[in-house]
Amino acid sequence: MSKVISDVQDALACVESGHTILVGGFGLVGAPLSLIEGLTEKDVTDLTIVSNNLGESGKGLGILLNQNKIKKGIGSYFTSNRDVGDKYQKGEIELELLPQGTLAESLRAGGAGLGGYYTTTGVGTDLAKGKEEREIDGVNYIFEKAIRADVALIRAHKADTLGNLVYYKTARNFNPLMATAAKKVIVEVDEIVEPGALNPEEIVTPFLYVDTIIQAQQVLTKEGVVNR
Amino acid sequence: MTTLSKTDMQHLIAKRVAAELEGPCVVNLGIGIPTLVAEYMDAGDIYMHTENGLLGVTDVEEADIDPNLVNAGKLPVGEAIGSSFFNSSDSFAMIRGGHVDVAILGALQVDQTGVIANWAVPGKNIMGVGGAMDLLVGAKKVFVTMSHTSKDGSSKLLKECTYPITSTRSVDMIFTELAVFEVVNKQLKLVELMPGVTIEEVRAKTEADFIH
Repeated sequence: MSKVISDVQDALACVESGHTILVGGFGLVGAPLSLIEGLTEKDVTDLTIVSNNLGESGKGLGILLNQNKIKKGIGSYFTSNRDVGDKYQKGEIELELLPQGTLAESLRAGGAGLGGYYTTTGVGTDLAKGKEEREIDGVNYIFEKAIRADVALIRAHKADTLGNLVYYKTARNFNPLMATAAKKVIVEVDEIVEPGALNPEEIVTPFLYVDTIIQAQQVLTKEGVVNR
Repeated sequence: MTTLSKTDMQHLIAKRVAAELEGPCVVNLGIGIPTLVAEYMDAGDIYMHTENGLLGVTDVEEADIDPNLVNAGKLPVGEAIGSSFFNSSDSFAMIRGGHVDVAILGALQVDQTGVIANWAVPGKNIMGVGGAMDLLVGAKKVFVTMSHTSKDGSSKLLKECTYPITSTRSVDMIFTELAVFEVVNKQLKLVELMPGVTIEEVRAKTEADFIH
């Protein structure tokens, strides 16, 4: 059974207002730009977006932000988009800031069926406020909850039609983690191949995590984001 | 008194930190002055780790720039022989788990026990922490690079940080354009004056107590 869908809106049919959506990428690198664009054309609102950044000003998730479709952002580095600060000042968006390693591990834990975990990161800082503290073998930890979501929008390099994925250089980042932590996982890729074409030793995301595959319409180049 | 352009000052600091690194080691470079350290690393067996998922960062020629191959500052980089790519959770397992030898970070303030503040300014939006807190709890050694004073001339080495701290852990060394400090038993120790700098100048521009 092929998971490949040709129309972006068909792929995004499962996305509803109020959903929590994981969006891969470190800035624009590894961000599912075609799916994000599809989301900007879809009539949904009150989204909670979990992503390291909320795009850049007017780019990627930055467009969705400017459309006031994002109710809450969960991430580690919102500074990369100055519009986030403006919206936050006006009370138009809620933000939850997490250390980058905590964001990543919370996604991993969510995908692995865990409720959360204890970490040393953030102990004694403002980001530990309100979090349970616990001493284990003489070391102080704080409890961090796992993150799970309704939908994950991710970017990979190649997919076979079953949904096995391989990634490309630093465009991997949060994508394989997000592939594990949502009810519906939609991936956009540079290239779709037949099962058997990918080396089993090199598959990073096995197919059981992936629901829907689309061919990427937008690609990050040296000159910026271009339509292919 | 020393007067250096901002760029010269940053390069001076970066060059001095690079001289402190001894291979074999794995080094994580933060954004800002730390990025420049790579230009001055000449010791062998130093491998650079970047939080966004690459062990084995190198420079890249303009012609070879790949938009999907960047460092934590989202600047284009190259991949060294023997490099590997991994996801963000694995990357931070390396950091938090104590597998990275040295982290070189920028800071807004350092207190006299070596605790730093580098992620938020009161009154401004608390918007970006990135990997700073993870690096402070996990790296075996943490080196801080920063200008000695703020734009208004006030000391960035303080008795107590007025900005939110990044970790309760003290850093190991601090490099400014005026001096190098080690943190020994939660105390700053001046171990080196930069060329042309006098101890009087350092004293005049440092609020924190330090031993010499």
